[in-house]
Parts: sequence; structure tokens; C-alpha cells
Amino acid sequence: MVHVSELISTDIDSYLKSHEEKSLLRFITCGSVDDGKSTLIGRMLYESQMLFDDQLSALKNDSKKLGTQGDGIDFALLVDGLAAEREQGITIDVAYRFFSTEKRKYIVADTPGHEEYTRNMATGASTADVAIILIDAKQGVLTQTRRHSFIVSMVGVKKVLLAVNKLDLVDYSEEIYRQIVSDYSDFAENALDIESITAVPISALLGDNVVDKSENTPWYNGETIMQYLENIEVQNQRKQASFRMPVQWVNRPNPNFRGFSGLIASGETKIGDKVRVHPGGKESTIESIVTWEGELQQASAGQSVTITLNDKIDVSRGDVIATPTDPCGESDQFQSRILWMSADAMIPGRQYIFKSNTQSATLTLGKLKHRIEVNTLDHLPAKTLELNEIGVCNISLDKRIAYDSYGDNQTLGGFIVIDRLTNNTVGMGLIDFALRRSENIHWQKMDVSKESRAEQKSQTPKIIWFTGLSGSGKSSIANILEKKLQALGKHTITLDGDNMRHGLNRDLGFTAADRVENIRRVGEVAKLMINSGLICITSFISPFESERKMARSLVSEDEFVEIFIDTPLSVCEERDVKGLYAKARSGKIPNFTGISSPYEPPEKPEIRIDTTKLSAEAAANQIIEFILE
Amino acid sequence: MSHLDALEAEAIHIMREVVAEAENPVMLYSVGKDSSVMLHLARKAFHPGKIPFPIMHIDTMWKFSEMIDFRDKTAEDLGVDLIVHINPEGKKMGMNPFIHGSSKHTDVMKTDGLKQALDIHQFDVAFGGARRDEEKSRAKERIFSFRTSKHRWDPKNQRPELWNLYNSRKNKGESIRVFPLSNWTELDIWQYIHLEKIPIVPLYFSKERPVVEREGSLILVDDERLPLKEDERPMMKSVRFRTLGCYPLTGAVESEADTLPEIIQEMLLTTTSERQGRTIDHDTNASMEKKKQEGYF
Repeated sequence: MVHVSELISTDIDSYLKSHEEKSLLRFITCGSVDDGKSTLIGRMLYESQMLFDDQLSALKNDSKKLGTQGDGIDFALLVDGLAAEREQGITIDVAYRFFSTEKRKYIVADTPGHEEYTRNMATGASTADVAIILIDAKQGVLTQTRRHSFIVSMVGVKKVLLAVNKLDLVDYSEEIYRQIVSDYSDFAENALDIESITAVPISALLGDNVVDKSENTPWYNGETIMQYLENIEVQNQRKQASFRMPVQWVNRPNPNFRGFSGLIASGETKIGDKVRVHPGGKESTIESIVTWEGELQQASAGQSVTITLNDKIDVSRGDVIATPTDPCGESDQFQSRILWMSADAMIPGRQYIFKSNTQSATLTLGKLKHRIEVNTLDHLPAKTLELNEIGVCNISLDKRIAYDSYGDNQTLGGFIVIDRLTNNTVGMGLIDFALRRSENIHWQKMDVSKESRAEQKSQTPKIIWFTGLSGSGKSSIANILEKKLQALGKHTITLDGDNMRHGLNRDLGFTAADRVENIRRVGEVAKLMINSGLICITSFISPFESERKMARSLVSEDEFVEIFIDTPLSVCEERDVKGLYAKARSGKIPNFTGISSPYEPPEKPEIRIDTTKLSAEAAANQIIEFILE
Repeated sequence: MSHLDALEAEAIHIMREVVAEAENPVMLYSVGKDSSVMLHLARKAFHPGKIPFPIMHIDTMWKFSEMIDFRDKTAEDLGVDLIVHINPEGKKMGMNPFIHGSSKHTDVMKTDGLKQALDIHQFDVAFGGARRDEEKSRAKERIFSFRTSKHRWDPKNQRPELWNLYNSRKNKGESIRVFPLSNWTELDIWQYIHLEKIPIVPLYFSKERPVVEREGSLILVDDERLPLKEDERPMMKSVRFRTLGCYPLTGAVESEADTLPEIIQEMLLTTTSERQGRTIDHDTNASMEKKKQEGYF
């Protein structure tokens, strides 16, 4: 590559003009550990002369101290950022690099090859136009190569550059190169959804075919990596797709202006165009497209604008403004593909938070249809997803949202799964299609209501939800409580852990997933009970905060009373009424709460009872006082 | 769409996400060129409305006086709320980089000052003008970057950031630093300032200024607090600054560049990277990462 320093020194204004017109290309590099990703990126930075003297001298120093290249420069050190990683000699996260040429500015997502960090690769791929997949010529197509290619394809990257690296170590053998390319093509044709795959034989370490064509590969007539990146057409599919703009924020500086701000996700629009606002489907026309520079006649994908409409219709954050000729779908149940990104396994039935473009909802993950084994691409049965696993599952939301399938529109079809307790992003999801049944199920409208049933019994229905370790005293207190309530003329019912497990829940065991399902069913039954006007007492260990929250969310806030029987583990174990702790300690009961399975104490219970200080009788009185006040 | 258009649209999108989801956001305003760009983008993002959050400057008492003048004038011209915070403990102890050393000065006045100010005002999100191309540990930082209640950054425990979809849900006590300029390079910043005619502190432009040479750095004699050694005489030199901070810790470069194209030209042809003028990065190779973990912006 010719550096443009001549133009810079002789005619800076023309240089600046040309720089203004550069386009942006984002790409990701992926491959297995030691395939040479960092070396390749370091080499590109070096060759595009984006290094300053002080960086170069630091690099030379570091290469001597930490490098793996003897006295030569170790380019990988340029990009392996964090101190801990340097010591281990691996990249552990997604890092972004920048360089530019005469034609383009590049943003490179450098992502690790370690198996446990697949989630980072998906992250890098989610914004990439092109993926460079590195293969070590000595190793050929590895399991990890397939894994990374599959993720790149799933996330929707359409162009792949296959860089067959370390060719210097196999004497620049054309035969080896051809074999690898053919192996990869066989795999890709069957398994991937990628528009174009281009292969280049390289040595990142020595610079063969990275920027300039190498004399060591006379048998190769194609482009070098840089040439490929400079010339590849990144089709502006987003511009050609139908108009979509998720509303981020309503701009109301004064009573006369009401604008809807957002980044246009796809397509284009102009003044006077008809639009439909989802969900709901109200229609209007574009009155103006406002920007700081002035009003625009039209705007297209990639622009951040503020739109005003000709009709005063209710539009807020989370709504999507779309073209009525090809409107968004609306639904609350979908089939989706999910890549799990958390060390805590995904649990079907548990509630999470769904976030897509600007809209959020409560998400319940349904049963998994299957898991996709990314190494073989086989569909395997699965109950949960562990970190870095991909599965297909139905999801349901607590409200209808505007959507497109991920294949049609990444912004409207991509979502993240957020854990309600830790607030971490635990999953990446892709909407495939909406499930029809959400349109067919309607709630049966009842004339006799919860209120009328409760009135008949002269009481306020409530769920009295006990939680605590086995042996903490839940059932004893619940028993006394119910007797006292009955004596006061109240209508009650108790759902007890052991009893439920003998009937409704007898198909469930004690794994985390089964515990979640157990509590979900209890919550639903309790809800039916209070709909019938009863005071429903539940007595379950219910060890996880998120399930207790889920049960709470089924009814209105004042109908749920959480009672934490706070008895220390040592006391429960000492009492050991049913002899369970002894068995658990000797390993005879797996997944026993407090011993081999966690108990998450409630954050904000309505009542906390310390049984080492309060008798069961006194505890029951305290609860009655609270609920009847 | 040019790359600058794309970067602008991205930054505006990020700012609007914050305003839509944060309870009490603030923009950290360092008075430097990146801050100037960020502020300009904020005007665009919320036009025709006003910028819906205050800007905050952590003053160390040792900033260039021209920075302070520029800061106050900018806030007035734009009609934006300006909060200035000086660490009162540092002020009381008469913090002085010449006496206490650069690293203690930075710790107390900048790092601690920032933490204090965020705690006092209970800001849950703070915009910063940092870019990923500045320094290696920044390259790995997310656009929405979380800090513990002690303002620490945990580089090993960052949330995956997919598409342009940001998870801004935080746990109790946590706060978020948001970097709308993450994907900009130094050249992009200059080019944008040039194209958009964004006002910046005059110190970036070359001018005859009084300086003394110390350990290879040219230090501006900005006020009478600079202790001159016996044989030191301020010299008038044509100099400018590539980066702005506390004047005793920021070296000038000799230059004739007094227009933006000339500055850009000089930057492109120069052979030392931007942060070299800042003394804190020299200590150890991983010093920025350590500082960031401790709460330096």
C-alpha cells in the first residue's frame, strides 16, 4: 500500500476532501487459538502505517521481553491489550481496532479463539460486514473453524474471507492450500448461509499476500487481503429493505413540537410518505424530517433523525414507525434461536427481560425444541442451554411487539435476554417467526369476578408465600396460621411442598430446571386460588429469587405477601426433623438446598421471621396482624 | 454515507438511548477537543430541544487558564448547565503537582474528584469522550461500560454488546460510563471539527507562548505558580498542544500549525502518538488499565 504522505505534505486540503468521502467497513477476525489473528491485525496496522514511532519502539521493546519471535517484531503484542492477557499470551475479549486506507476506514473486531469465549465472537460478528476466518495451514479445518463459521453465518454476516495462514510453515504448498479450501467449501455449502466465500493464502507473520502480493505464491492470482477489503461491495441491503424506524425518544421541547427521534434501521422515507405505527397500526404521513442541519426531504437507513407526523397519534419509545406497504408483524410469541452467554444455565420456564431495538418486555423462555451442536451441527434434545450453547426455543412476551424475522431485518429481529436479578446480558436471540397461536388464544371473559367471590367471603384474597430452608419451620407456622385464620372465619387453602409433589408435580425432580417449573406451577395454582377468593398459603423452599418474583408478578402487588422463615442452616440441620440433612451430607440426596444446591434469601420480604427468637405461635400472630390490618 | 456520517449517526443514537433510559445522566466535559465534539453531537441529537443534561468539569486547579475561559464561554453560549467540581480535600491540602508529584495530583484531583462529584450529584450515567484508538485497554471497553459502587472497572466482567442494542440496566450502586466516540479515531475527530467548524480551545493552535524546557518536555508558563529553577528563563516559542490537561503535566510541541488543515497535516506526518504528551502513561505499560480499574475515567 502506498502511504498517502505525499499528498498530505503537498496538498492537505485534497487529502482531507478524499478522506471525507471514505466509506466505513466493519470486519471481524476469527479463528482458533494460535491461528494468528492478532498477528494479522498487527500486521495490517503496521503496513497501513498507523503506528507512531513511540508505539513502534515500545513494540520492539515488548517483542524482546515478551515476544515469541526471537529478535523479530511480534505483531500480536500490538493488539493484545490487557495486562493479564499479555501474561497469558491470549486475547480474552472483544477488542476494536481502527485503520484507514485511501478508500475506507476500517473497524476491526478482534475476537478470541478460545472455546469458552464464543459469546465474544458473536458480539463481534453482530456488527460486522465481513468476516475473516483464519485457518492454520498446518492444522487445516478444525472443529473451532466450523464453530466460528457457523456463528458468523447465524449472526448474518454474508461475506467471508478465508485466510489460510502460516503458509510459510508448509513451504507455500499449493496442494495443501487447495485441500483446505476444498474441505472448507464442502462444509460451508452444506451448513452455512453465506453469500460469498473468498480464499487467500497468507503468512501474517511474514506479510505474504496481506497487503502486497507475495512472490512465494506464484500459483495464486487472486486478491490480497487488503485488496479484498478495499474492493468488496458491501451491498446496502439495509437501504433497499422496507422502511423501519424504532422510536428511541420523543422530543418535546415546547407544546408546538412533537418529534420522534430514532436511527433509521432500514429503507428510506420522505415527506408525505404514509407510515404505520406499531404496535397498534395507527397510520399517518410524514410531516417533516428534522435534523440540526435543517429539514430533510428524505432520509434513509443509518441516519439518526427526528420525524414529525401530520396526525396527533400516540407514539412513544418502543414503537416502530414503518411503511404500510410492507408493515412489521406484531405478536407476543415467537420461535427463536438463542445463543446462551452466561455461566448460569438458561432455564426454560424462568422469566427474563427481553430487549429488542428500543422495546423491552417480560420474557418467558419456553421448552427447548433442540440444541444445535455447533461442532457437528446436529440437533440434540436439551432441557437447558449452558454457556456458549445454541438452541431453538419458543418464547412468549407479556405484550405484543413489532417484529421482523432476523433474516429480514437484524434490528427488528435481534434481541438480547437480560437476567432479572443480575441485570446481565445472558443471551443473544434471533426471531425466526411468530407463533400463530398467540392470535388464537383469547382469555375467557368471566362475569363472576375475583372481587365478587372475595366479597361473598368478606375477605381480601392473598397469597401468603412462605420461603426458607428445609426444616426452617415453614410448614409448622403455616399450619398454625391457617388454624387461626379459620378461627377468624376466613376461607383458606394451603399448598404444601410435599403434597404438591405427590400430585400435580410428581413428574418433577430436584434439578434447577425442575425446581423452577415446580414453583411456576405452584404460582399458577395459587393464582387460581386467590381468583376464587381464598387466602392461599404456600409452603415451599422456593430457593430462587427469580421464581418468587415470577410468582409475585402473577398477581397484583398487594395480593402477595412473602414470608421469609430465616432460620440459619446450622439450626435447620440440628433440628433435621425428617432426617434429610443427614442423608444429604452423606451424599444420598443430590441437589439438596443449602447443602448441594443454593438458597437465595429474599431481598425484600414483607415479613422476616427469625425462628431462633420467635415461637411458631408468635410468628403466626405477627403474620395475621400484617395481613388483616 | 461517509464514515463520518456513520459515526455521527451512531453517537447520536447512543446519546438518545441514554437520555431515554437513564435517571440522571451527565456529560463529563474535559474542555478538550473530544469533549467539544461530544457536546456538538449532543446539540444535534436533541435538536430542536436543548441538551437535556448538565455538563460537568472536574477542575484540578491546574488546568490551563485558557481552558477555563473557553469552558465558561462555551457553557454560556450554548445555554447548557455547567457543573464545576474541585476536590475540596485536595484544595485544602494545596495540591500541587510540583510538590506532590504528578501521580498523586492526578489521583486526588482527577480520579477522586470525579468519584466525589458523581456521588454528590448521584449521576447514574456519565458520558465520556474516550476513544478506543487512544490506548490498548480502551480498545476492549464497551460503549456502555459499568462501574461498581466504588467506581471500579472490571475488564473481565463486561457485558456482551450486541448490534447497537445496549443493556443499560444496572444494579444498585452501579453507574455507567458511556462513550459515544468509542469508534472514532483522532483523525476522525479532527476532520469532524474541521468540517463542522466546531470551536476548540485556542491552545491547539500554534502561537508564540512562554515555555520552559524540562526533561525534554516544553512546559507552558501559564501562571506564576510554576516554580522556575535558578537558571531557567521562559523562552518565547511557537508551540501548540496536541492534548490538554493540567499545564504542568502537559508538554507542548514546537509547531507552526495555526489552522485546522495544518494541524491535521502535522498529526498525520508526525511520528509520536497523542498521549505521549501526558506524563501519566509513562509510568508502566499497563498504567492506564490500572488507573481505569481504580476509577480514572
